[in-house]
Amino acid sequence: MNLFCVGLSHHTANVATREQFAGNATAESIAREVGCVEALLLTTCNRVEVYAVSDKRISTDEITRRLMAKTNRDPDNYFPPFYRYEDNKCVQHLFRVASGLDSMVVGESEIFGQAKKAYESARTSGAVGPYLHRLFQRAFRVAKQVRTHTNIARGAVSVGSVAVELAQRIFGKLNDCKVLVLGAGETSERTTRALVSRGVTDLRVSNRSLDRARDLAQTVGGQAVPFDDWVVQCREIDILLTSTASEMPLLTSEMLAPMSRERLDRPLFIIDIAVPRDVDPRVNELEGVYLYDIDSIRSVAEQSLALRQQQVAAAEAIIADHVTEFFDSISRGLNRFSKGVDHPSIGENPIHASEL
Amino acid sequence: MDRYFLIASTICFLAAVVHTVIELRTKVFRPMRFNFIAIGLGFIFQTVFLWIRGQALGRCPITNLFEVFAFLAWSVALIYMVVGPAYRLSLMGAFTAPLVLLLQVFALIAPIDSRHQMTVPVNSWLEFHASMSLVAYGVFALACIAGVMYLLQERQLKTHHLHSIFYHLPPLTNLFAVITRLLWWGFALYTIGIVSGFFTGHPLPRVQVVAAIGLWFLYAAILQARHLKWLAPKRVAALCIIGFSAALALLWGITFTAELHRVP
Repeated sequence: MNLFCVGLSHHTANVATREQFAGNATAESIAREVGCVEALLLTTCNRVEVYAVSDKRISTDEITRRLMAKTNRDPDNYFPPFYRYEDNKCVQHLFRVASGLDSMVVGESEIFGQAKKAYESARTSGAVGPYLHRLFQRAFRVAKQVRTHTNIARGAVSVGSVAVELAQRIFGKLNDCKVLVLGAGETSERTTRALVSRGVTDLRVSNRSLDRARDLAQTVGGQAVPFDDWVVQCREIDILLTSTASEMPLLTSEMLAPMSRERLDRPLFIIDIAVPRDVDPRVNELEGVYLYDIDSIRSVAEQSLALRQQQVAAAEAIIADHVTEFFDSISRGLNRFSKGVDHPSIGENPIHASEL
Repeated sequence: MDRYFLIASTICFLAAVVHTVIELRTKVFRPMRFNFIAIGLGFIFQTVFLWIRGQALGRCPITNLFEVFAFLAWSVALIYMVVGPAYRLSLMGAFTAPLVLLLQVFALIAPIDSRHQMTVPVNSWLEFHASMSLVAYGVFALACIAGVMYLLQERQLKTHHLHSIFYHLPPLTNLFAVITRLLWWGFALYTIGIVSGFFTGHPLPRVQVVAAIGLWFLYAAILQARHLKWLAPKRVAALCIIGFSAALALLWGITFTAELHRVP
């Protein structure tokens, strides 16, 4: 009885190669056509992987051919960079994938949802049996444990998420925060959406072109403010997000100093993602003003990534414990199966109905 | 015999501190539940110690510098346990444990546990005055801890260098709200403590009275400046640390002069 995983990911293949293998097969079709007892297909933008249980060895080529799009390539002379993990290596790989350790951005949580979706889809089609069920349930448990017991998912790694994380570190809940968006570019729209998703409701948008300000305001559920009035708004707002194409700083410490004295007990968080910068860097020296330009936001993102990297060893230790324990338990079932026992149905040993 | 309970309590606080340091070094920072349990246990041992000592003395156990420090450490832990449910998950315990540990280690190591023949009868006003003042000091200690946390968080945000501890500290505005609340509570308790001192029926040393009123004015000034928005939160946080340092100095001065007066 074999438990194995065949796949390619961002580690081994570029997007042009990966896209040739995405969306051409389903778990059920692989199980049927290649002859696996159980199969599960995990397809994301960064990986295409097949997890399978079979009673005889199935070659990587057989899986590869089934995954490949019908192109003009000669499948016998094309060797895509597939990897193959078997038995406990397969278990370890899945646990690493589900925990985000194998992701492009280490610790990202999207893969967890994608793995769950892939599992649900394969289960619905009947391609998943007791072994893969048990394997994936354990993988989800391990992923949760890794997230809870390490800082692997800590810290934000994109402009929008860094802005939200910092805003929450300053203000706590963002529901009562007043936000002014200066400039209606794409990045500011994404960042604004991130803030709105965390509860910001008082949103003002200002742009040299009032029409564009109105458009963005309508999109994100805010109100447009004439460009001449934006400085006055700095008395009231808590967060300023700026990304105009101005060649000169629009906000200097001389302009902000009188206002910051009036609002001593209320911090002002400024996110300046414009290049050249819209806000004079000396503004950060003012009491209660926290200025982050694009470089400092990148620096925070890099610090978060570095922090996540430091957690990898702790996460690997958790995974190693589970791999040994899980593989010991499941291999007993696999061996029993290979000795002529029929493939157990759900509810029979070694998998208990309660685990389903 | 009662000292063993204080030693056990000190070991609990030491465990909380060691655990925090280990977690900080490994950058896998989850000290919350362990710290709360360790501090909770430490608090129970402190309470048992004070109860036994109080029974033996037949009065509130604040008759010498050793007992005063133990009582102060108990006050800090008590206030943490009260404030804790809201803030313990955000690292306050990790900052509280070292302060309590320092107070208790000093109390245990320094030769300050001198037993006196209690000639003065129990004066409930005097005991109320002293214990209320010490609990107020406990609140000021927590305000000081919140101040340290505020300054740490503020500095990381200003310099853009975020340590892993950054993600466990409460948001700045929440911390400042806690500082303000603690200052008001501490000030109210301290006012009650000072006022009750005038009902003891004993003449109080002028230096002590002046110093205590000076401390009262310091906290009154901090609160007034906070109320009128004259000071930025960062300065209020710094003043909380200065204020508690002054309170500790005053406490030592009061107890020290009281010990001197006892010498025949």
